[in-house]
Amino acid sequence: MSEKKKLRVATTSLAGCFGCHMSFLDIDERLFPLLDLIEFDRSPLTDIKHCGPCDIGIVEGGICNAENVHVLREFRKSCKILIAVGACAINGGLPAQRNHLDLGSCLTEVYLTEPGLAHGGIPNDPELPLPLDKVHPLHEVVKVDYFIPGCPPSGDAIWKFLTELLAGKTPELGHGLIKYD
Amino acid sequence: MFSCGTSVVPSLEPILLKHGNDAGQLLQILTDVQQAFGYIPPEAVNRIAAHLNIPLARIRGVASFYSFLKLEPHGEYRLLFSDNITDRMLGNQSLLDEMCRQLWLQPGKVSEDGLVSIGLTSCTGMCDQGPAMLVNGRVITRLTPQRVREIGDLVRRRIPLEDWPAEYFVVEDNIHRAGPLLSNPFTPGDALRAALGMGEAEIVDAIKRSGLRGRGGAGFSTGLKWAACQQAPGSEKYVVCNADEGEPGTFKDRVLLTRQANWMFEGMTVCALAIGAGRGYLYLRGEYRYLLEPLQDVLQQRREAGLLGRDILGHAGFDFDIEIHLGAGAYVCGEESALIESLEGKRGIPRNRPPFPVTHGYRQQPTAVNNVETFCSAALALAMGVDNFRAMGTEKSSGSKLISVSGDCARPGIYEYPFGVSVQEVLDDCGAVNTLAVQISGPSGICIGPNEFNRKLGFEDLPTAGAFMVFDDSRDMFEVARNFVHFFAHESCGFCTPCRVGTSMLKQTMDKIAEGHGTRHDLAEVENLDLVLQTTSHCGLGRTACNPVLHTLKHFRPAYESKLKSLDFEPAFDLDGALARARRMTGRDDAGAHLKAEDV
Repeated sequence: MSEKKKLRVATTSLAGCFGCHMSFLDIDERLFPLLDLIEFDRSPLTDIKHCGPCDIGIVEGGICNAENVHVLREFRKSCKILIAVGACAINGGLPAQRNHLDLGSCLTEVYLTEPGLAHGGIPNDPELPLPLDKVHPLHEVVKVDYFIPGCPPSGDAIWKFLTELLAGKTPELGHGLIKYD
Repeated sequence: MFSCGTSVVPSLEPILLKHGNDAGQLLQILTDVQQAFGYIPPEAVNRIAAHLNIPLARIRGVASFYSFLKLEPHGEYRLLFSDNITDRMLGNQSLLDEMCRQLWLQPGKVSEDGLVSIGLTSCTGMCDQGPAMLVNGRVITRLTPQRVREIGDLVRRRIPLEDWPAEYFVVEDNIHRAGPLLSNPFTPGDALRAALGMGEAEIVDAIKRSGLRGRGGAGFSTGLKWAACQQAPGSEKYVVCNADEGEPGTFKDRVLLTRQANWMFEGMTVCALAIGAGRGYLYLRGEYRYLLEPLQDVLQQRREAGLLGRDILGHAGFDFDIEIHLGAGAYVCGEESALIESLEGKRGIPRNRPPFPVTHGYRQQPTAVNNVETFCSAALALAMGVDNFRAMGTEKSSGSKLISVSGDCARPGIYEYPFGVSVQEVLDDCGAVNTLAVQISGPSGICIGPNEFNRKLGFEDLPTAGAFMVFDDSRDMFEVARNFVHFFAHESCGFCTPCRVGTSMLKQTMDKIAEGHGTRHDLAEVENLDLVLQTTSHCGLGRTACNPVLHTLKHFRPAYESKLKSLDFEPAFDLDGALARARRMTGRDDAGAHLKAEDV
């Protein structure tokens, strides 16, 4: 019996808290049957630094800096299907709370005027990615194919979504699994 | 008029008293407070809450719902430019810019000295004599650069609005074709006398036989509505006239309210007789505030002539009177259940239907809500005889219809036709040439191209509430649709998520295409959004909000496609520009401090 080719899956967290990844791990022992169907490419689970050609890309978190943009573009180029997971990826989420503040005054307050970090100056090392003036959801920067809402979406929701997708069905979360908080 | 800073409490008492200290009159109370102080001061909010024994949140909720009510000062003069597509075509944007330059002000801001603010407002119903604007709620028509300069000067010199030149405020009727409604030969009382000769059931039966259908757009049988209302159990019944003519491009009710108010009230009174109502309300859109006093005069004349009040025309026990309520700039209140909510002094959020207003309307009592033109037509049908009325128009659309013609034509204004007139006939009569498209019945209606100009206005083919906006071949239909999409996003009441979020997303996507960032993916997204809006919105506003895009995409797809970038996807904003602030703060300009556009 010829073994069916495993689908390659990449995951990353951008401006997120890794909560969605933790929720992904909440599928618990179902990880084993999942690993019969997929293999991981770039992911915090493998520590691979760059994405190769993949079937599915799972992205947590929004876009808050230049590096996020590069990683997201790499995912979009490499993955046939791109999935935005969680509130930050879909709406900007918690990091986007800074959107109603001016970036300049944020940096000034944190690095120049606030006691503690003050007088170190605003970091300007070229190794550091520059922050964007606003935090954006993924679909404002690249085309996104699927969205799994929730903060975070439950392990069950991620499991159902992935298994349906892997079975070639259009995933439908439906009542009980689709949550916005 | 403006006594900011001084105590507001003494001036509040008469306002509250005038409205019977009734929380159901909250919108009218707030409108009067706004009129007295220029805005609704916090002390007034507190005082009204204490006096009417309602929560502060209810007052702030109502005040923030209506765009003409303001909880913060917005200048002694509030200048709002009407922003319908017809105003745009007549150059309102450059006039707005000119006004801003004149007064050294940005749109949406209040000047440092608290003198003036400048902004936009939805269609003011002056499409045949635009560009128009509202100054502290009073409409000024036919703006020109010259007039804008004069107004800027009057504002700077703090001349009271009452002393501004009277010609600014002239609103023309522009009737180019009159029919039985506009030139009816009857005198007030004729329809009522005819009705009094019949029984209640007979009146309803006559209206049914006349074939009259609602003129507000939906075209429901007026006779059936009245019959349902007549039969519905209730301790009190109400007649409500919907004069909240907010559909952009529609201004025929304005002309009826100016010319045929008596006849409209007659229709309401006939309805009251038929259904057994004792009270009626005319819900007048805030933009037509200038008609309030003339309308009240007509009501008074009717009372004096025994056509309103107690024992009407000597008929013992036939008591009916009419009160006028003012709207405050919310398009959604044209929807009948939202209008009723607004009449009850609440936010104008459409109710769940059923139950329908005919059984559970104003104060949960049976209520007949009809459009201005419907009441006029009902009175006309009874006065001229229902068979004569039925003989006009077509089989399923009897009577005549007022059409509000605006846009690219030589003679914009009001045209009255029997139903069944073709679009081409109207175009010929109004002197439209090189016509590219006609928007029938406003943004929520239908957009048609030349291959459909032989279609006929009427419920069998092209139903219309009366708007008829003409676009010639110099116009970009994408921009027309984008204006309408902005309108719906602004007017969404915010109650249901599909409409609140969907109309805003539609607006953002249309703006993205307009700014040259659009891709095929965005067009697909627009079509997807349209589907969500159409199938999941709470009321008609959301369901029809996608019509302008759907129709223009159908007829004028190249107008969209020519603006697309041939990329699979493009961000809606300049990514490298989004790093500029951080570059400035860090002093960096290395390669890592930039984001290049992707090569695809």
